[in-house]
Amino acid sequence: MPLEYTTISEISGPLVVVEQVREVHYDELVEVETRDGQIRRGRVLEASTGRALVQIFEGTSGLDVTGSRVRFLGKVLEIPVSPDILGRIFDGAGNPIDGGPKIIPEKRLDINGSPINPFARAYPSEFIQTGISGIDCMNPLVRGQKLPVFSGAGLPHAQLAAQIARQATVLTGSEPFAVVFAAMGITFEEADYFMTDFRRTGAIDRAVLFINLANDPVIERIATPRMALTVAEYLAFERDMHVLVILTDMTNYAEALREVSAARKEVPGRRGYPGYMYTDLSQIYERAGRIQGKKGSITQIPILTMPEDDKTHPIPDLTGYITEGQIILSRDLHKKGIYPPINISISLSRLKDKGIGKDKTREDHADVLNQLSDAYDRGREARELSVVLGEAALSETDKLFLKFADEFEARFVKQGANENRPIAQTLDIGWDLMTMLPRSELKRISDRNAEKYLKPRISEGAAPAAE
Amino acid sequence: MSTSQVKGQITKVSGPLVIASGMAGSRMYDVVRVGTMGVVGEIIELRGDTASIQVYEETSGVGPWEPVVSTAAPLSVELGPGLIGAIYDGIQRPLNVIANMAGSYIARGLEVPGLDHEKKWHFVPRVKPGDKVSAGTILGVVQETPLVEHRVMVPPSVPDAIVKSISEGDYTVVETVAVLEAGGREIPVTMLQKWPVRESRPVKEKLPPKEQLVTGQRVIDAFFPIAKGGTACVPGPFGSGKTVIQHQLAKWANADIIVYIGCGERGNEMTDVLLEFPELKDPRSGRPLMERTVLVANTSNMPVAAREASIYTGITIAEYYRDMGYDVAIMADSTSRWAEAMREISGRLEEMPGEEGYPAYLGSRLAEFYERAGRVRVLGQGDTEGALSVIGAVSPQGGDLSEPVTQATLRIVKVFWGLDDRLAARKHFPAINWLTSYSLYTERLDEYFRASAGPDFPEMRDEAMSILQQEAELSEIVRLVGIDSLSPRQRMILDTAKSLREDFLYQSAFHEVDTYCSQKKQYGILQAILTLHHKALQALDEGVRVERITSLPVKEQIARARVTPEEEWDAVHQRIMAAISAEIEAETAGVKDRR
Repeated sequence: MPLEYTTISEISGPLVVVEQVREVHYDELVEVETRDGQIRRGRVLEASTGRALVQIFEGTSGLDVTGSRVRFLGKVLEIPVSPDILGRIFDGAGNPIDGGPKIIPEKRLDINGSPINPFARAYPSEFIQTGISGIDCMNPLVRGQKLPVFSGAGLPHAQLAAQIARQATVLTGSEPFAVVFAAMGITFEEADYFMTDFRRTGAIDRAVLFINLANDPVIERIATPRMALTVAEYLAFERDMHVLVILTDMTNYAEALREVSAARKEVPGRRGYPGYMYTDLSQIYERAGRIQGKKGSITQIPILTMPEDDKTHPIPDLTGYITEGQIILSRDLHKKGIYPPINISISLSRLKDKGIGKDKTREDHADVLNQLSDAYDRGREARELSVVLGEAALSETDKLFLKFADEFEARFVKQGANENRPIAQTLDIGWDLMTMLPRSELKRISDRNAEKYLKPRISEGAAPAAE
Repeated sequence: MSTSQVKGQITKVSGPLVIASGMAGSRMYDVVRVGTMGVVGEIIELRGDTASIQVYEETSGVGPWEPVVSTAAPLSVELGPGLIGAIYDGIQRPLNVIANMAGSYIARGLEVPGLDHEKKWHFVPRVKPGDKVSAGTILGVVQETPLVEHRVMVPPSVPDAIVKSISEGDYTVVETVAVLEAGGREIPVTMLQKWPVRESRPVKEKLPPKEQLVTGQRVIDAFFPIAKGGTACVPGPFGSGKTVIQHQLAKWANADIIVYIGCGERGNEMTDVLLEFPELKDPRSGRPLMERTVLVANTSNMPVAAREASIYTGITIAEYYRDMGYDVAIMADSTSRWAEAMREISGRLEEMPGEEGYPAYLGSRLAEFYERAGRVRVLGQGDTEGALSVIGAVSPQGGDLSEPVTQATLRIVKVFWGLDDRLAARKHFPAINWLTSYSLYTERLDEYFRASAGPDFPEMRDEAMSILQQEAELSEIVRLVGIDSLSPRQRMILDTAKSLREDFLYQSAFHEVDTYCSQKKQYGILQAILTLHHKALQALDEGVRVERITSLPVKEQIARARVTPEEEWDAVHQRIMAAISAEIEAETAGVKDRR
């Protein structure tokens, strides 16, 4: 039994100072027992001779200076894991909340993990089909990638994430697949949406959920994604599963980080967020990847809501510097009734070149991607121009591109929330759309692909109207 | 080296910062072993017998009362054969060796030498017994890789001496290859040198840059060139292609040695380099690029203090090769992450912050780093010159160039390649904004350009730039009142500017031909675009309609020029030039006929 201290000298925000401590280690797990016997957990943020600064995960309400007892457990925060963890729901601190039994651990793992040696990484290159054209064709996701969704308040990021979780498959073979879902500070309704959706589709059996709701302790959120990722690492690298990790909402996580930083009176960086936020976020995002010699993989889809839809805000900004691209949702498209409202022009998958092409998706994928993106950009330019000068001022070609952009949004980007489009179908829609434009304007496609995919459509002649 | 070993005790642990007492006798920047796990740290502040230590490894589980032992030596790197092709973490631990020892994750407290101490290298002497040598003299050479001859030098600390014995043979880096004699004292010399990373290696004298570092990237080489021994920075928001530019330079720059520092960036990017560089061929030698490359990788999730050190580790290795007389180029991606590491440590030290929480000494640290670049006359080898060019990426938050790291960097570096979000969004790559970027080497290199590219190259460049400037002004007018308000000459300028942007400035890093463009071809494309422009303006005066010129078939040929293989270029260039003359003449003649 570890020593118990009743020597709390200060409680301030999420932080507790314990004095006259004999032995304490940095980052050590701490248990605080309140006067009425409740146990709170925390970790040591600063270990000095005789003094420890402790951050309490579950919040400090109800703690008092004289009546609380503190125990230092001599280990870091760990999570028990075993194959039985699949299908379970936990709170943000890792306690089961689905009424099921406690996990009988195969082992306990440090939730902080360790950095993957860059030398031991395998480069992500296997295409994941999400069944969503705006992602599969235009911003392809590959196994081991970290691709965040930058959303805004009121945009349907939850539906999109649930749809990806539901539909994601790889084209080659059927390897074991799991979803790890970490909710940080989202509302009950949103969490319930995911849980219901997972239950409805049976996805729950291959999912692990960590739920920290908006009214749960804020500081707990700092541990939530780390627990989820520790479980993901276990499933991926010890159980050979391909794990999709959804983290929502990273904005709430960053805010919790800021709260702790402010309580410690640290010098703030931009907008009050701590100077180490980049490092901290990277320690979460960089846990995605593939490792040489291991079968499994961790693919991450963090979701964050951009305050005021501003992607230069520190949270999306620092995220974008770490992740391999970003899917940005657009309020304009959403208002036009287009789901998923993916802004194709500014979304990006940095690993797109590695996952597509012959033997991976289809040999024409790169051409379709480049041509659609090019034509859509021209269409949007024409649209802007027509707003300023009126549609009459557009050249005939510009009018074609404008029409193309509208059709592209309506037929390619837009799809049903339950519609699972195979990549071949997505590419075919792309070719159908291209028939709207004269061949001389399609500069990004090779003659070979044009011959094979475009020509038959033009000769049929019915393609543009075929609906 | 100090004789008594200083041993203190931890009094406080806060993230990467450890405070220890009982450290009297230790010196600033001495390396220490912290705690029972023996993680590596460095003393960054001394107050009485209390030392503040930044720790290069995760400190989780370390606590007060644990011991701190000083190694009484500053953070140093091992220099010798075996550096090329290696991948190191921020404190020169080979990541491949760590992977073999500890598996896929980076474990703590590992002590791994930077160089392989077992491997034998074939050493060929260049001096003979009785020769006079001094610091920097090349004692012999080792073929480190097929591309790099490693020149084993007399270490800088050794005084003038006479070679007593030296012989050819296979040696490990720790075996004595030569014995020198100075003042009656024998000095054994091995192929291994140690050098403290925070100190720059000595040179005979610094010289102003005079030659261009050719990168094969058109917008850089033609418009914003960097000199060998020069400094450049690439600031840009995420997604604007900083890393691609850094990779392109690491691949194609005509330096002898490349040191690539992945400082606080993505793990997968380093994996990409590791996988790609052995496959890519150096355009001049045809050998794999990895045979001239040293990688330092301290990714964003690796300990932050080691990230701070990684920049110094990288540049010290680069200086070592410069001292052999090589042209070395170093890419640091990204210096912002380095500055953030400094900020984090500074914050934990409770120092008074400067702007945005960065320490007040941010500017001076950046300046010290970039000043280690330069063209130099090296020690001990007559007039031999070496050069060290530094290219630093900057990741300004929110793409806002007014932030402290960008501003402090711009005060020092001579070349600014400003990446532009809007260009990237329009898929114009490299997204270097030609209106805001600059190079202060342009004029200094003019004579060099006249000799290497073409006698009228500087004039062509200036004219092209002026056309692009005019385009920016004219497009304002077009946006307001439409293109019909422009005169034919103005419309021609817009058309030529478009051609400059799409056929010259645009360059695909992923196209097998376009990824590298020789100076000859750069000159040729530029010449074609401008010749067409001049002849077109004349033709307009003769009465040819501007629409006729902007739709000439030769424009298609010019557009394809950038993807024309180098070996076919001469013929294609001639064809294009001939076509320009012929087509314009035909148009002019057509107008005259109609009269």
